[in-house]
Amino acid sequence: MEYSPLPFFQRGPSLVTRLILFSLAALVLLFADARFRYMEDIRGVVGAILYPLQELAEVPASIASRVGQYFVLQSTLQRDNAQLSQEAFVNATLLQKQEALLVENENLRELLKLRPRFEPSAQVAEILYRARDPFVRKIVVDKGATDGVTEGAPVIDASGLVGQVHRVYPWASEVALISDREQAIPVQVVRNGLRAVIFGLGYDGALEVRFMPVNADIEKGDLLVTSGIDGAYPSGLPVAFVDSIERNAAYAFARITCRPASGVGSHRQVMMLANADSYPERPVAAERVTRKSAIGEQGKAD
Amino acid sequence: MGVPAFGKAHAEEMLLPVRREYVVLSFFVAFMLNMLPLTGWALMLRPDFVALVLLYWGIEHPRRVGFTPAFLLGLAIDVADGSLFGQHALAYCVLMACAIALHRRVTLFGLRGQMLHVLGVLLFAQLIVLVVRQAAGDAFPGWWYFLPSISGCLVWPFVRRLITVPLRQRVKPEDL
Repeated sequence: MEYSPLPFFQRGPSLVTRLILFSLAALVLLFADARFRYMEDIRGVVGAILYPLQELAEVPASIASRVGQYFVLQSTLQRDNAQLSQEAFVNATLLQKQEALLVENENLRELLKLRPRFEPSAQVAEILYRARDPFVRKIVVDKGATDGVTEGAPVIDASGLVGQVHRVYPWASEVALISDREQAIPVQVVRNGLRAVIFGLGYDGALEVRFMPVNADIEKGDLLVTSGIDGAYPSGLPVAFVDSIERNAAYAFARITCRPASGVGSHRQVMMLANADSYPERPVAAERVTRKSAIGEQGKAD
Repeated sequence: MGVPAFGKAHAEEMLLPVRREYVVLSFFVAFMLNMLPLTGWALMLRPDFVALVLLYWGIEHPRRVGFTPAFLLGLAIDVADGSLFGQHALAYCVLMACAIALHRRVTLFGLRGQMLHVLGVLLFAQLIVLVVRQAAGDAFPGWWYFLPSISGCLVWPFVRRLITVPLRQRVKPEDL
C-alpha cells in the first residue's frame, strides 16, 4: 500500500480501514443472505427501484426484434400460416375429444366420490432476460407479485416444464430452471408409471435421474412427466427424455442422463401456473397422535 | 501508435475538472450496459462495464470516487443478477481499494502496461466472487467464467477514451 496520506492534510480514515469496514459490511450481508435469506425484503425494494431500468435495457433488443419481424419474408409468413392452421385443425379435433373425456371423467370421479382433480390457473409471461449470474440457471420474467405470482409456482412452455418461481418482485420474478443445480423434481416414466426424482446438473441441456437401481425398468427415449406427489407441480407435465443409461454393476445406482423436454432458449414466452394450494395435509402427525392416544387408552384399560 | 509500452510518463493532454453529475452519468451508462439482455456467448464474453468505470474513476480521481459508490453499485448488480446479496459489493470494494492503492503507479505506464494492471485487478475481483460462491456451495462453472476479465482488459483503451471525450479541452492551449 503505497498510498499513505501526509499527516497535515485531513483525509478521513486510511485506505485499509475503509476497505475493512466496507468488506465487513458486504460479508455480513452475504452471510445473512446465503444462510438465513434475511435479505428478501431489501431485495424486493431494490428490485422494484431497478425495474424501470430493466425495462429500459430491454428497449434496444425489442426494437431489433420488431424491425426483424417487419422484414419477414412473405413466403415464411405463408408457410407459418399453413402450418399453424393445420395444427389448429388437429388440436380442435383433440379438444373435442378431450371435452367429452373431461365430462366422462368428472362423472366417473363423482361416482367414485373422489376429490376433483386440481386444475391450475395460468397466465402468460414474457422472458425479460437470462440471469447473468454464471453460477445459477435462472430466467427473469415480467410477471410479479402484482399479477398474483407466488413463490414455488411451476412455470411451463408449450413442450414441457421450464422451472419454478424462485423469488418474487412486485413486477417481475426469478424462475429457477429445471437444469439448476438445486432443482429436484419428482417424475414418473410414462411407459410404465415408474416413479423417480430428476435433478438439475447446473448446465444447459442435461438432467440426471439419481438413486435408480441398476436393473430399473427405464429405457432410452422414455418420456418422464411430473408425478405430482410433491404438491409443487401438477401431475403430467413433460419434463425430460431419457438420453443415455449406464448400468455398471460396480455401482448401486444406474447413471441416467436426460435431456429437457422444454426449450427455454428458443422462445420468449412462458406460462406461469398457480400453486397447488388445495393439496391435502400430510397425515403423518395425525397418525402419531392416534397411536399415542391408543396407547394411553390401552394403559387406562389396564 | 509508435509509443513504447513503458516509460510514457503521462504524455496525455490536460483534462477538464470532473463534475459529480458526470460521474453519476458514467455509472448509469455502465450499469445499463451490464443490464442488456444478452444470452449465450455474448453474455459469456461481455466485460463488466461497471467494474471498468469504477476502475477508471478509482485510478484517475481517487479522492472523488471512493468505496460508497462501489458498494452501492455492487448491491444493485447483485439484485439485478439474482446473485447472492453482497458478493459484487465485496468484489467492487476490493477492486476500488486496488485502484486507489495503484493509482500513482498505473498512470506511469503506457497503454499496454495499464491493460495488464487492469487485467490483474479484474481477475482478482472475479476470484473473490468465485471464492464467495464456492463457500456458499456452488460449483465452479468452468474456465470461461474468467473471460469477462480478459475482454474487460481488451476494451479498457476504448472505455478510457470514451469517458475522457467530454473532459477534453475544446480550445487547445497552444492556439491561444
